[in-house]
Amino acid sequence: MENVIEKHTIAVLVDNEPGVLARVIGLFSGRGYNIESLTVAEVNNADHLSRITLVTSGTRMIIEQIKAQLSRLVPVHRVHDLTDEGPAVERELALVKVAGTGDKRIEALRLADIFKAKVVDATLTSFVFELTGTTEQVDDFVGLMTQLGLVEASRTGVVAMSKGPAAF
Amino acid sequence: MSEQKLTGAQIVIKALKDQGVDIIFGYPGGAVLPIYDALFQQNDLRHVLVRHEQAAVHAAEGYARSTGKVGCVLVTSGPGATNAVTGLLDALCDSIPLVCLSGQVPTHLIGNDAFQEADTTGITRPCTKHNYLVKDVDNLARTLHEAFYVARSGRPGPVLVDIPKDVQFADGTYVPPTEVKHKTYRPQVKPEIARIEEAIELIANAKRPVFYTGGGVINAGPFAAKLLTQFVKTTGFPITSTLMGLGAFPASENQWLGMLGMHGTYEANLAMYECDVMINIGARFDDRVTGKLSAFSPGSKKIHVDIDPSSINKNVAVDIPIVGDCGAVLEDMLRIWKARAKSPDKAALKEWWGKIEGWRARNCLNYNRTESVIKPQYALERLREALRGKDHYITTEVGQHQMWAAQFLPFDQPNRWMTSGGLGTMGYGLPAAIGAQLAHPDAIVVDVSGEASFLMNMQEIGTAVQYRAPVKIFILNNQYMGMVRQWQELLHGSRYSQSYSEALPDFVKLAESWGCVGLRATTVAEVDQVIEKMLAVTDRPCIIDIAVDPKENCFPMIPGGKAHNEILFGPDDSPSDATPEDGMVLV
Repeated sequence: MENVIEKHTIAVLVDNEPGVLARVIGLFSGRGYNIESLTVAEVNNADHLSRITLVTSGTRMIIEQIKAQLSRLVPVHRVHDLTDEGPAVERELALVKVAGTGDKRIEALRLADIFKAKVVDATLTSFVFELTGTTEQVDDFVGLMTQLGLVEASRTGVVAMSKGPAAF
Repeated sequence: MSEQKLTGAQIVIKALKDQGVDIIFGYPGGAVLPIYDALFQQNDLRHVLVRHEQAAVHAAEGYARSTGKVGCVLVTSGPGATNAVTGLLDALCDSIPLVCLSGQVPTHLIGNDAFQEADTTGITRPCTKHNYLVKDVDNLARTLHEAFYVARSGRPGPVLVDIPKDVQFADGTYVPPTEVKHKTYRPQVKPEIARIEEAIELIANAKRPVFYTGGGVINAGPFAAKLLTQFVKTTGFPITSTLMGLGAFPASENQWLGMLGMHGTYEANLAMYECDVMINIGARFDDRVTGKLSAFSPGSKKIHVDIDPSSINKNVAVDIPIVGDCGAVLEDMLRIWKARAKSPDKAALKEWWGKIEGWRARNCLNYNRTESVIKPQYALERLREALRGKDHYITTEVGQHQMWAAQFLPFDQPNRWMTSGGLGTMGYGLPAAIGAQLAHPDAIVVDVSGEASFLMNMQEIGTAVQYRAPVKIFILNNQYMGMVRQWQELLHGSRYSQSYSEALPDFVKLAESWGCVGLRATTVAEVDQVIEKMLAVTDRPCIIDIAVDPKENCFPMIPGGKAHNEILFGPDDSPSDATPEDGMVLV
């Protein structure tokens, strides 16, 4: 058995009912699986369906277990392993607050421009940038801002979708 | 008909009746008074009052396992629900279908730390297959029907429905079960035929095959057990089973190797170790069975039939996974086996059986037969003889006596054996026996028990007396928590820390105080006498206190972290080199 740790992005379509997120999170904590990020929101108001996107890591055997265990939860409709099932688009949104004046402030603004981050709040001594990109891009941006007066960062975690015309 | 207005409590009663419930095990309290009031005003549903909510769940498990139906439990909020938790987890671990109804504080008080409030759905989420909190009386009937559907479908399990008190009082609409269909939950029952065909090829070409079956066959119903027996006899292969699967294949048949695993037989474990094709039907490669995973059946191709996809490749990687109901799979297997006119490799099989007979000759369940003290194995052998040919059900508690019962009592039919396998809950056996007895009033129901386990739920004698359930509590009294003592002897230098049963009651007087029959055997000669007297009691419970050898240990034993071919046969096998350091941490 291969013991290589793989990172997978998994999309789960669930009934939007009380406790459903607790079931998913409880499964991960109870069985000792990793959650690197998790996002959830209702995506179909008429049928009360929510989509959970989670990024997890483990050996191939563990990843298969995670999918089987998720599928077993009663309110779960579908489980898709976007990493396995072919090319997918993955994006994160981040809000990054940077405080400072002078050169650092100018450099922060310049870098934000390079990263195509938007300024969503500005004061004379601070900016809040909004950035959308891959996890790596967000990591890079936050890394750079650390040296330029980073105050705080808030990230959504990954949302993802398969490429091409097929629906989930 | 589906548009009548009823109170929530009446909806509960009607839904239970429509689901075919005839007995409900429960304990009243403030948050379920409306349901108890509705129960009072009808005669179809029989309520059995237990003495502790944990026992209500175990009794429902005994009922469910002996009938194949869904067991039903009713408890109040707060402590009522938390007391039921152990039973719910027990049912989850052993895949027993139950519906547990719990009262809850009224919806407007939820979250306010009200009297007897508990976050019941939160607490029971990891202890149930699924659970619900019903906040609207118009969802109550639908939810209850869904709960029964979820409990019995796929891999069965316990489902809890938490019902706030105001919902029980409110008027709502009843919908019958026929109008309820679950939105998403559709477990795969029918297997993929291509996989079955692959499996049949592998089975037909096997040289050293073994069937390894489990509770999945029992859960699939008596029909599945019949098909299993037919298939195993058709192939002529040896068969072993887990603790949960006993009775699916008749123990009186020569192809039966006995139970496998930590306290399984030598022949069963070695057959698993040396087989070339393993046919796992409805078992889950539990750690009690596999022992050291890296040395588990190293040379075999493995077929795994399970209704739960998450059981596949969880502990052991298999070659042919088949997701489906054991009955449906066995039906297809038999059909394809016959359609393709398959036959086993007779010459190879003969050689394989020769090897197995050699292991069998080791007589691994033999023990030191003596007249000076009652050996627990002897008491069970005598019980076995006394029960032969009689309609009987066996439950157990947890520990040495449980393993001896599995080794020494033969089961020729499914649903006759009820024991806490996955969770290992001491105190399971007596309430489970009551549940089985109430479902089968004319049968003999014996709870094979130890004195320590019995004490954990002995208050249920009161329940048995009240409902005239003539259960037999067969206590193998060694004055120790025997399995704890055995591990302390083998792994902890005989330092018997807290495993002595101090201050035991006089079990005969205890029985008499409840108006039951109490019997005691302290000599070998008395064993048959007390068993005979015990079987003559048919109108009240009977407690049988058998003073057995306090030092006896349960063998064979595969210590934690060891492989199937590293078996301890008895006290003469040295425990010092028996258990590696990394095995010590295993339970």
